[in-house]
Amino acid sequence: MDKTTDDLTTREDLDRQLKMPNAGLSKEDQPLFCDAAPQTVAPYRGIWENFLNWARANSLWILGFGTGCGAIELRPLMTARFDMYRFGVQARPTPRQSCVFVIGGYASTKTIKRVVRSYEQMQGPKFVLGLGSCTINGGMYWDSYNTINRLDHYIPVDQYIAGCMPRPEALLAGIKELKKQILAGDTENTNKYIENLDWYKANQKKIITEWDMPDYNW
Amino acid sequence: MIEKILLKGFYTLISLFVITNYGLLLMGSMARITARVQGRIGQPVWQPYIDIVKNNAKRWSISHGVMFYLGPVFRLAGGLGTYLFIPGILGSVVFANFSFSGDVILVLYFIFFGQLGMALGAGQSGHPYSPVGVSRGLAQMTAFEVPFTLAVIALASQYGTLSITEIAMAQQGGILNWSAFTNPLATIAGLFAFVGMSMHNPFSVVIAPQEIPIGPPTEYQSSMLGMLQTNRAIFNGAKLVLFVNLFYGGANNIFELVIKTFILYFINVFVGVSFPRFRIEQAIRFFLFVPTIIGLAAVLIQYI
Ligand code: SF4
Repeated sequence: MDKTTDDLTTREDLDRQLKMPNAGLSKEDQPLFCDAAPQTVAPYRGIWENFLNWARANSLWILGFGTGCGAIELRPLMTARFDMYRFGVQARPTPRQSCVFVIGGYASTKTIKRVVRSYEQMQGPKFVLGLGSCTINGGMYWDSYNTINRLDHYIPVDQYIAGCMPRPEALLAGIKELKKQILAGDTENTNKYIENLDWYKANQKKIITEWDMPDYNW
Repeated sequence: MIEKILLKGFYTLISLFVITNYGLLLMGSMARITARVQGRIGQPVWQPYIDIVKNNAKRWSISHGVMFYLGPVFRLAGGLGTYLFIPGILGSVVFANFSFSGDVILVLYFIFFGQLGMALGAGQSGHPYSPVGVSRGLAQMTAFEVPFTLAVIALASQYGTLSITEIAMAQQGGILNWSAFTNPLATIAGLFAFVGMSMHNPFSVVIAPQEIPIGPPTEYQSSMLGMLQTNRAIFNGAKLVLFVNLFYGGANNIFELVIKTFILYFINVFVGVSFPRFRIEQAIRFFLFVPTIIGLAAVLIQYI
């Protein structure tokens, strides 16, 4: 039997407020998805965290999801001339196992939906490289009706790489900067995203009009 | 009694430590050699270590249920079981592991066991690509188990024993006593199965390294992925030790073991860098044709 809102006790009401509503999903789909809000995880302290950061910096797995025209520059990065493998960078076809999300240029309102989904499915600490002018200010699409202008309004970005489109050397430089950032311990963007989830969600929902997915895509 | 058990446990840990590191270094050097063939510099040899540390250092982890957790555990049990029932070094107390009479049957079973456990775990993840990888993996595995089992049956009837230690002991006293020379047909059938087992090219479609469906571990992350990587290193080493024991006269000391396994591993490297990938039905057809016929011939010869 379906429960109506009148049957709910105060306790259940309170529980419901602490949960993500998953309002975009249909009634049948709602129980299939987790409705708990994500929690931040504090880093370790001192030498141990430094060691872990060293491992994170030297094993960067890129999510193989070409989001825009800049993603074409990822291919030469793998081949003999640039050879990203020697820096410990590898490509992974699944968001679950990757730690660097390269947003390869413009993100249309259609793409940003998948970008958010993939980003949230990655396991923290995770990093985002914004590739190309389009991720910084919209680039040549800055007044387009279907392209977002600033990527870091929707997901936190660790490094922007300027250019239209940036050459593989620029991408490598960006990766090196990212490594420096990780080594310095500046890896808390995943926590920041969770802390400011309301703001990010509000921005995302402003752009993604057809929100037919869970509020947080574990 | 209790001292004996503790000592055995300690030796087993040493043996496991050595094989894990050896397996990881082999994986690292393989990647490096492949890179050189492709004209790249390639990742550092110790990259597999960093990857494992990195995966275990993830702060978040997603679960899909109990079976999902048990998948990597079963896989690791399969890898450990395979290695622990093979004598690492003949006549050595530390590397004797738990070999006993009849262990080749157990090892055959353990090779399959990990895959089946993994299939259950990956199935629970609910990701559509996991079953794709699992069905590919199990199909290919069933296919290469046929020539491998035939080779093992041929050896067992040749030496009249199922104990790996006894099979290896029977090959002592000169290179011509190795099964590779006394029973070349079984060795060839076994080697074909070995290339399939290692899942490098041309049989790498199971893990499909650069495609969207990465295979059974699509949904695995964090420490569960680290566990799977560790298992891969152990299984990598275990398989090599098994083949050295069955076909290449075992090893009397650690240097012999390293040299023999490294040369054997190079078969993978050569085949891996020179052939493109088979589709899964091509791989099955391949294993069930020439290697199986060779294996059958090896068994029949034993009875003539
Ligand atoms: S910055 Fe240039 S290359 Fe990059 S996505 Fe935008 S238009 Fe394409």
